[in-house]
Parts: sequence; structure tokens; C-alpha cells
Amino acid sequence: MVAKPGLDGHDRGARIIARAYRDAGFEVVYTGLHQTPEEIVEAAIQEDVDMIGMSSLAGAHKYLFKSVVDMLKERDADDIVVCGGGIIPQDDIDMLKAAGVKEIFTPGTTLDDIVTWVKTNVKPR
Amino acid sequence: MPFTFDQKIFDDIEEDHDKWQGKLKSIFSKRPERLERFSTVSDTEINQMYTPEDIRTQDFGKDIGFPGEYPFTRGVQPSMYRGRLWTMRMFAGLGSARDTNLRFHHLVNAGQTGLSTAFDMPTLMGYDSDSSKARGECGKCGVAIDTLKDMEDLFEGLPIEQITTSMTINPPASVIWAMYIAMAETRGIDRKIIGGTIQNDMLKEFVAQKTFMCPPEPSVRIVTDTIEFGTKEIPRWNTISISGYHIREAGSTAVQELAFTLADGIAYTEKALERGLHVDDFAPRFSFFFNSHLDFFEEVAKFRAARRMWAKIMKDRFKAKDPRSWWLRFHTQTAGCSLTAQQPYNNVVRTALQGLAAVMGGTQSLHTNSLDEVLAIPTEEAATIALRTQQIIAEESGVANTIDPLGGSYFVEAFTNRMEEEAFEIIQKIDDMGGMLSAIEKNYPQLEIADAAYHYQKQIDNREKTVVGVNKYVIEDEEIPVEVLEIDEELEKIQIEKTNRVKEQRDNRKVARSLERVAEACAGEENVMEYLIDAAKEYTTVQELCDVYRKVFGEYRDPGIY
Amino acid sequence: MKNIVEKVVSGDIRTVARLIRDIDDGMPEVRDVLKDLYAHTGNAYVIGITGAPGVGKSTLVDQMIAHLRKRDKTVGVLAVDPTSPFSGGAILGDRVRMQRHSMDRGVFIRSLATRGHFGGLTQSTRSAIDVLDAMGKDYILVETVGVGQDEVDVVRSAHTTAIVVIPGMGDGIQAIKAGILEVGDIFLINKADRDGSDKTYTDLKLMIEMDQRKYDEGTWKPPILKAQAVFDIGIAEFIQEIDRHAAYLESTFGGLNIRKQKDMVRQELAEMIKARLLEEVISKLTETGDFDQAVQGIADGKIDPYSACDNLVLPIVGLSQP
Repeated sequence: MVAKPGLDGHDRGARIIARAYRDAGFEVVYTGLHQTPEEIVEAAIQEDVDMIGMSSLAGAHKYLFKSVVDMLKERDADDIVVCGGGIIPQDDIDMLKAAGVKEIFTPGTTLDDIVTWVKTNVKPR
Repeated sequence: MPFTFDQKIFDDIEEDHDKWQGKLKSIFSKRPERLERFSTVSDTEINQMYTPEDIRTQDFGKDIGFPGEYPFTRGVQPSMYRGRLWTMRMFAGLGSARDTNLRFHHLVNAGQTGLSTAFDMPTLMGYDSDSSKARGECGKCGVAIDTLKDMEDLFEGLPIEQITTSMTINPPASVIWAMYIAMAETRGIDRKIIGGTIQNDMLKEFVAQKTFMCPPEPSVRIVTDTIEFGTKEIPRWNTISISGYHIREAGSTAVQELAFTLADGIAYTEKALERGLHVDDFAPRFSFFFNSHLDFFEEVAKFRAARRMWAKIMKDRFKAKDPRSWWLRFHTQTAGCSLTAQQPYNNVVRTALQGLAAVMGGTQSLHTNSLDEVLAIPTEEAATIALRTQQIIAEESGVANTIDPLGGSYFVEAFTNRMEEEAFEIIQKIDDMGGMLSAIEKNYPQLEIADAAYHYQKQIDNREKTVVGVNKYVIEDEEIPVEVLEIDEELEKIQIEKTNRVKEQRDNRKVARSLERVAEACAGEENVMEYLIDAAKEYTTVQELCDVYRKVFGEYRDPGIY
Repeated sequence: MKNIVEKVVSGDIRTVARLIRDIDDGMPEVRDVLKDLYAHTGNAYVIGITGAPGVGKSTLVDQMIAHLRKRDKTVGVLAVDPTSPFSGGAILGDRVRMQRHSMDRGVFIRSLATRGHFGGLTQSTRSAIDVLDAMGKDYILVETVGVGQDEVDVVRSAHTTAIVVIPGMGDGIQAIKAGILEVGDIFLINKADRDGSDKTYTDLKLMIEMDQRKYDEGTWKPPILKAQAVFDIGIAEFIQEIDRHAAYLESTFGGLNIRKQKDMVRQELAEMIKARLLEEVISKLTETGDFDQAVQGIADGKIDPYSACDNLVLPIVGLSQP
């Protein structure tokens, strides 16, 4: 699942990564913009996804990404891998990873690298 | 035929050109050309060299001319930077109104000549800081504004009767502008003298920036209300900043940025005319906003082409008579999407080159990005360097000493011509679809942008396009050496308390009445602006007013075009 | 086993979601679950929504959910998008337009890719419908891009099938596969405010009325509706027509359990057999390496494909060479 949490409307990266995942043979559920953490988690469960990738370029990643991780735990769905990308400084990356986000893809990461990471680290079922 | 060149010389040039091509052939047979393909960041192919042959039929008077003279290729004002430098206007906004006010003061003291306001996501989307949608977002990407009180704090101590203020705000632009006007009037400043810009360009939201609230038609109706109001009441205000910046940031090519922006301008003009306004009444207050991206000459050509195209559109298509209607005045921001998180100090160089391109393209005002944009809101130090960049260009580089210094360059003139041609083709396509609103409904610009963005990303991944520090000249295991600005997590609570206090102290009956009047105006055909100003003066909140819009016009949801 | 069935019937979202995934992935364990679930099916009303990309199906489904929810009915949605023939991947973007319902516990939305391999769309989507049925959903909306025979077959398992078009499709109408037009119980012209809406209406009317005699004899005559889904215009009328069709089915067939109708059963069983056979045969042949050997033989010019095929298949089905 590729999701845009919060009010941030910068979706250039999210849409590009969705295409890249498709071209790599994955099935991608794209949620579109302005999703609350609850909506993302609910959709991820209904779609039984292996991974949620979120993007944030407006600074609210700490609250939003962590909310998704926490809610997945509450719903007993923390086998779903959570990743993120966007404008996220190193300190926040450390904090988010400690909170349960598996990886944060910083600007400049190639699509191939992201896809390779997913293939290596996200086991379907 | 007043061509720039005497047509007789072309035979000679052609001969010499062939000879030179011959030399190149032998050089490249021993060692191939440096790259397989030479193209701009927009993937436009560039020739090895340009000669008068490339602008064979150029007519100096008709195509290039003099600054301040139709078609304004060389600049909109006759004196350009010889008379007055561009406005150095640094986009700023963070945390609370007080925090941003401090940043504003700092930048003004550091020498900036215009104010530019960045709002936080909740404000941009028409929500208050206490909305459930605002959780975690308060003050994070700009200043949090809930009521007139915040607006008053934001501009505390700043001479807004002398300095112009730009506000980057779109769906709630009418509301925020009303608060600004209310703030000025409360200070005793006449609305006839306040100057500034509200971005207020909803069409590009649906295409690129994606801060939207209501569907396209009613959004444009509100924009038209502001245009009408500004034309009559706030004569020094640019009621709209028709933007290409975000279109480019979303991944479009330079030509697409140019074409879609001007097509938006055409749509707004048509709507204002439908309203019964006379083109020369409102067009002089239209302003534009472009991106200044990596490829230096492509950008300069784009800016020059933009001026020439808009002049033609206004004069020929819309029959505007006032020369000021033909002017394309624009603000520029250097390309945020071109900056890197890796080796961030390189960004100072990128911004400098992009700022230079904007100046050599004749921008009226400029924001230069800070080196840490890719990591967070800029620190004071980083923002100061960005401002100094403009000052060095202005005072040390010499490029502002003559008007349109690149005019006459075979390359730049040829490129300007080409930009104009290709952009007009796209505009024709949009016209054939029934105009920009129709094209947006058909998802045409959105898909074009998505394709261009994907194409460029693939080129970077393939190393067809170099990004220094990212896919070439990489430092392994780099430690990012810069300090990053952090927004206090407590701010959200403090801001909510502040707004609650305002709500307690205001006259809630008057607030309710003013909301009703706004709703009536929305549902009918009356202009909403005066009612918004009245409501603002009662300390109605941003969300209370935007909720009226949402109720009357409906909400627009992202259709998820990828 | 019983546990899974119980959970599905009680509406447990995770179990349902995982089960649909397993069905889609062709996990053999699901057969037993589906056998047990079958008894719990037959209650949901299934509506197929099909049409070319871009006609507004997802927006229409979104509005339908809203209307049905207002009646206090629960809704399951299967949104099917095509798998890329090049990469095998897919972007499932229909959900975007229905996301406002994602927090509504009465609504379950699932995206599926066509996948297009053995047992692909038809069977697994049918099974997914069964799951949502057993889960207790009153209505099940199945959205597909109606361009392939597979999709036509899916909508055959629906009670009501709606074909969605937009004005200005012009020769598009003629170009729409005849098979799809035949399965339409209702025709909906979306984005009806666009130019050409009347012409599209007339074109459809002509096409439908070619069978006028059939209707005079009492067969259901597909109505043609106009709507603008994005503005919620024409949707209430659309649902009413669906109601009317439901009443027609009920009176004609003596009930709404289409699974009990011989035609449906025949078709579904044939499909199932086809899929199952394929599954078994191909897996056997690939296991033994016979398939690859045959491929090599044909490539080397040692044998023709017809003979190679007979050599592979006939022994399996217990027949000898002619």
C-alpha cells in the first residue's frame, strides 16, 4: 500500500514509487491523499497488504507514521511492514525506526534500491 | 522584411558551418562526444552550437524589441533593474505567529525587501489548530493562523503600509486575505494603500500542489470574487499569483510549466470576463509565479517566452488595450525539488545558479531556497545565506547592470522561440479540450505531469541525468553536517489554548451572524469578500469560515491519478 | 477450519481479508474453507459494474455505497484492476474514490488485480464474492474493466449488471464487445453533462431495441439512465432501477438465490472444472518435466505442437492416441 497520511499534498514521489512497484511486479493499493492514520490502517487490513509505504513532505511524519505503527499493533496487524519516505531529518528517522518503522527512504534513493529493499525485507505472507 | 540579419550572409555561414561540422566529425571519430545525448533537465535536446542560422527570421522589433515595449521579451518595465532591483522576498513561516514574526524581522533586518508568508498544513487546508485533522501538523511546515489575533501577531511591528506582503494560500485565500485586510484596517491603514499578493490560484491545486477544499467550479468562483473585489477595493494588490512553480515541482517539463500556467491564466481571464469585468480593469493585477530550475538557459528562455506569450494572449486573444494588461509580472522561487539531502552545502551553489537564471530572466521578485530545505524548515542561518545569495547576485556579479544581458544570444533567442512554439501547441490542445477546467476534469495535465515525473526519475536512476552527491560524486556513509530546525511539539497545545481564549473573548452571536451572511453570499451571487472581512473582525476562525465553503460548495477529494 | 468459517460468518475483517488473499493466490487450503462456507452464501445481492477505464465506475460505486448505507444495508466491494502484462504488477487505484467509507464498519472494500493466469479473474473473484456473501454483506458490488471475456463472465455471476459509458464514445459504443452489451441489465451514461450525451443515449437505445420482440414477450428490457456520479446526480434513480430488476428476477425465477438457477450453476460448474483441470494438468506436467521437454522438442523441430499436446494430455485423461 502506498499512502499519503495527513494534509500534505506533495504526492509526486508517492505516485512515482507506486509506478515503480507496479513495474517491479508488485500489486499496489494506492490510497490517494489526505488519509488519516485510521483510514490507512483500516484499508491495509481490508486489503491484507504486506507493507505500507507512506510519504510525508510537510513535517508531520513523527506523529502520523508513529500513529500508523501504533494502530497496527492495536489491531494485531503489526506483521504488516511499515516504511516511509520524504522530508525527514536523521534524528526523526532514528526515532521512527525505534518506534517500529522498518525503513525510511531519504531523498536521492533510487527506485531500484527501494524495490530491492522491499524484495529482500518484505516477505509476502 | 525587417529581419535582424541580412539574409545574404547565410550562404557564407552555412559553408563555414559545414566545414566546422566536418572538423567535429573527425574529432569525435577519435574520441566520442562527452555524452550520448545532450538535453536539458526537461529532456529537451540541445544543439552543439547556435548561430544566426537558428534565428534566421528573427525580427528584432517584433520579437525582441525593447524592455517595457510590446511584446516585452526583454522585460516588462522600461528600466528594469537599472531603475530598481527585483524584490528580495524570502518565503518564511514556522510554528506560531510570534515565531514567524521574529523570522520576518530577522529577514527584513538582513535586507529583504518584501514579505512572504508560509502557512502550516491545517491553515492551508482551511482547518484550525484544534481540528482532528490538524493533529501533528500544527506549525510544522509554516505558520499556524486560526484568527485575526494570529494575523495581528504575525505582522507586529512590520511596516505593511510600506512593504508588500505575499501570502502563499489557496483554498482559504479569500479568508486569509480578509484577515490581513482586517488587520491593516484595525491598525488604521487604508485598504487603498496596502500592497501584496495572495497566491489564490486554485486551478494549479487540482493539477499540482493538491491543497484543495471544494470542487473546481466553486473554487474558481471564489477566486473570481477576490479578483473583482481587489480590482475595486484594493488597487495595489495582486489578487492572484498564477503559478507554474508547483506544476514544475510536481515533475512537469519547462514547456509544460509554461503552457499550463498560461492556460490557467487564460481560464481566470475568461471567468473574470464572464463576471462582467473589463479586461483592463483586472488584468494589470494578475501576477505569475515560476520555478527556476537546474538548466540555466532553459529557464531564461522560459521566462522570456512567458512574457512574449502572455503579451500576445492579452493583446490578440483578449483585446486588452492597457499596456499594463499585457505585462507578465512574476515572482520566482528556485527549484526545491532540485536540492539534495546529501552534501547539503551543494544546495547553496544550486540555488545561486537558479537565482541567477531568474535574474537574467527578468523576474520582478525572487525567493532563494535555503540549503536545508530538503531536511526541514530553514534555520535562520541557512535562510540568511539564501538571502545573501540574492544580494551578491545583485551587488557583486554585475548581471543586473544591463537589461536582458542574454538578449541577442543565438542560443537564447532560438530557445525562447522554441519554448514559445511548443507551449502554444499545448495551449491549443487545452483549448481544443474546452479550456483548462475541462482539461483538468479529463485529467490531462495531471497525467502529463505524472508521466514527465516518472520519466525524469528513471533518467536519474539510469544515470542519464546526474545529481551531484546522489548518483555521482557520492560520499559513502555520509554524516549530514547541518543543524536542522525543530518545531516545538508543545506548540500545538499552546496554539489551541490561544485560539480557545480568543473564542471565549469574542462576541459569539456576532460571529454566528457573520457566518450566516457569508453562507448567504456563497449560496447566491454576491461577492463574499466584505462579509469575510466583517467576520474576520469578529475573530471568526479560519475553519469556521472554510466550513461554510465546504457546506455550501461540497468537498473535493483526491481522485488519485497516478 | 471451523474457526475460519465461524470468523468469516461473524464478520471478522482480518480473517476475511486473509481468506480473499489466499483465494487470490490459489492456496490449496482454501478449497475446504470454501466448501464449508458455501452453505452460508446465497443471501447477498450482487451487482456488477463494468465499463471502459475512465467512465467513472469507482465514483459511481462510491455513491452507491452511500445510498445503500442510508438504507442501513451493509456493502462489500470488489474492485478489479488489470495486471500489467509486462511486469505482472498492478496499481489498484479504485479504492481511492471510495476511501471515505473505509472507516464504516458496514462496508468492506477489497482491491484485486486480474492477474490473468490460470484460474485468474473469474474463479477467484467468484470465490471472493462467496466470502463477502458468507460474511453477511447485504449487497456486493463488483467493479471491473469490461474489456475481456473474463470480465464478462464475472458479471454473469451478478444479479444485476450495469454497463457504464460516457458521452462521446462514438464508435466506442459499436466497438464495445458485443458480449458485454448483451450482459447489461442496466445502462448508465455517466458524466451526462458532457457533449454527445443525447447521441449516446440514442445509440444505446437503437442497439437495445434491436431485440424488441424479446421485451414484448416479457423479458427484462434494459433501461438507459443518465447520471453524473461525481455530483450524486441520477444515483438514486439508478438504485431504484436495480430494485426493479431485483423484483423482476424474484418474480421470474421464484427467488433471488441465483446459485440455484440451473443456467448459472451449469456455467459456474463448467468454469470450475475448467480451472481445476488446468491447475491439475499443468502442475503435473511441469512437475514431471514433460512440459519443458515438449517445449524443447518443438523448438528443436523434432515434433509439431499438435502432436506434442496430444502426447501430453491424452494419457492424463485416459485416452489413447487416435
